[in-house]
Amino acid sequence: MPHSDQTLEFDRICKRYGDLVALDDLSFDIRAGEIFGFVGSNGAGKTTTMRIALGVLSADSGEVRWAGQPVTFETRRRIGYMPEERGLYPRMKVGEQLVYLARLHGLSAAKAHERARAWTERLGVASRLDDEVQKLSLGNQQRVQLASALVHDPAVLVLDEPFSGLDPVAVEVMSEVLADKAGNGVPVLFSSHQLDLVERICDRVGIVREGRMVACGTVEELRGSGPRQAVVDVPGADPAWAHAVPGTTVVEAHDGRLVLRLDDDVDDQQVLHAALDAGPVREFARRRPPLTELFRHVVSAPAADGRPDRQATGART
Amino acid sequence: MSATTTEDVRLSSPEAIRLVAGREVTTRLRSKAYRIVTVVLVVLVVAFAVVMKLVAGLGGEQRIGYVDAAADLAPRVEAVATSLGKDTVTVRVHDEGAGRRMVADGRLDALVVGMHGPRLQVVVDERLDDGLRTALTSGAGQSVLDQQITSLGGNPADVASRVAQAGVQVSALNPPPTYDPQRLAVGSVAGILVYLALIGTGQSVAMGVVEEKSSRVVELLLATVRPWQLMAGKVVGIGLVGLLQVLVVGIAGVVAGQLTGSLDISISTSVGIVAWLVVWFVLGFTLYALVFAGLGALVSRQEDVGGVIAPVTMLLVVGYVIGISVLPSSPGNTVVGLLSLVPVFSPTMMPMRLAMGAVPLWQTLLSLALAVGAIPFLVVLSGRLYRNGVVRTGTRVGLREALRAG
Repeated sequence: MPHSDQTLEFDRICKRYGDLVALDDLSFDIRAGEIFGFVGSNGAGKTTTMRIALGVLSADSGEVRWAGQPVTFETRRRIGYMPEERGLYPRMKVGEQLVYLARLHGLSAAKAHERARAWTERLGVASRLDDEVQKLSLGNQQRVQLASALVHDPAVLVLDEPFSGLDPVAVEVMSEVLADKAGNGVPVLFSSHQLDLVERICDRVGIVREGRMVACGTVEELRGSGPRQAVVDVPGADPAWAHAVPGTTVVEAHDGRLVLRLDDDVDDQQVLHAALDAGPVREFARRRPPLTELFRHVVSAPAADGRPDRQATGART
Repeated sequence: MSATTTEDVRLSSPEAIRLVAGREVTTRLRSKAYRIVTVVLVVLVVAFAVVMKLVAGLGGEQRIGYVDAAADLAPRVEAVATSLGKDTVTVRVHDEGAGRRMVADGRLDALVVGMHGPRLQVVVDERLDDGLRTALTSGAGQSVLDQQITSLGGNPADVASRVAQAGVQVSALNPPPTYDPQRLAVGSVAGILVYLALIGTGQSVAMGVVEEKSSRVVELLLATVRPWQLMAGKVVGIGLVGLLQVLVVGIAGVVAGQLTGSLDISISTSVGIVAWLVVWFVLGFTLYALVFAGLGALVSRQEDVGGVIAPVTMLLVVGYVIGISVLPSSPGNTVVGLLSLVPVFSPTMMPMRLAMGAVPLWQTLLSLALAVGAIPFLVVLSGRLYRNGVVRTGTRVGLREALRAG
């Protein structure tokens, strides 16, 4: 298989639970060596998508492909998976558990032992190999969970909220591991509600809402999308000057420092002139909203068919 | 650690099942509960053998003392007692006073003092054993008869031998099978053992399925093995561990019975009983474990396991209770005989009947055929329940819904 073609593709996936449409023609892809952040409110369909990729759920229609071929039962063994609901045998020892899972993925006993040791060392839980999982702190259980997703040296990573519940040190270790895997050409898909983190480590981000991909692209692309915004700092000036410019809306105002939303047909040079008329301009810049703001904007906008948004209030952003 | 590694990650079905079963076996053999239960069962079955021996010793031998004057009665009494199934030991007592003391302190069960006219004088501590009374009455009657024959000029020994030859010759058209009381007891023990083993292992299977569901580890497992492989591995693993338990306890019981001498059954019969016990445990376990695995997959919490498997557990209990309450007293009961052919009841009833003996060959074969024949049907049914239930967490999955889907 050519290295360059290890893309994981989701092609028009649909899934219904009775009357509830969980996934509606969802399509996106994660290229080889790319870290893809999957964000959306609770219930938007992230977990369902991941479970379909792992064959734990079956899609009503659509196809998941890896390296150009539909993902089959055999190729699924090449995926490293971290389920949203952490799943380990509570009364099984860490080491035995990792070896068992590695062997289920087809590794020999010797290799399974070697990988279990290597990954627990890398993730800082090697000293707990002979302890039962239930005796570990939640953070350490999380590290073991990640080790179990990595222990069979997967060619694809699908991680459902791998960062939730981790301390800052563990977050760093986890980010490095993901970057390493991506550096080796592994497509990495993970979901998260920690948008600052997503913004920092992801190559691309997909925002899903009600089972549809509503925004997808690099962080820069996403931040550049949406209505144009400008920051204008005119110390001491009354914000009223901005209202006078047609097609301009004041989003925020702090002591003369304004955030303006500009309609598409507004010439920003006209805005600058108006600002200069109001007083000395200390700052005038194009503003790229952080992902958090964009996310809030995308998920809380009324649905296309006018229904009130069903989950936006539950978002843990 | 490159994404382009081309190592072989195929896992054959036997290999997958072996891995899953291996985990079950190691986890369970290590568990304290399993070891304790096995030890307790071994202790109970050995204790049962010892108690049987003690009870037999207490009830069996009757020590009868004869004062010199009554000594010639001893052979007759002994002969009649033996024909009634009573073991007697004859003790000669020279002096009546000493004999009475021996009765009082329990060294003798009865003291025969001698004939007083037509009456035989007997001293006992509290009351005379019924069998012994019959033997002594007959002895007294013989004694009187001998005197009369002698007084009429006849030879009592000659008459006695003629009388002994007289009798009834019966030709039964349909002789009922005879049952050895010891084998009835062994059959009951076999029944209890197989019942406990089936209940225990069946629940383990259901709990094991739910453990994987409630800890969500099943989601990781199902990304690598197919549902039927996971279910088969679990059933095989727990079955092997249960089988080991049945074998250990069964063999311990037979060995204890032989060593203490409480079991007066040939080695080959004992081996046969244990072999049937194993065969029916394996069949019964397969039948019930499959259903328990399928039902266990319908719930997500350990607390709900009992409820969902209760109807099936009831079937197991009903079969056992009917068997254990009817068979020891009436091993040839027709209704129980017929019920014991039905796969639901055969795993508990057949090992009891087979241990008690006298099971017609056709019934043995038919019960085996029906049980084996039910397995493929249950594999399909339980496989479907399991596959549809195992990834659905939250509320209990309806039976009809689980059977319909997929």
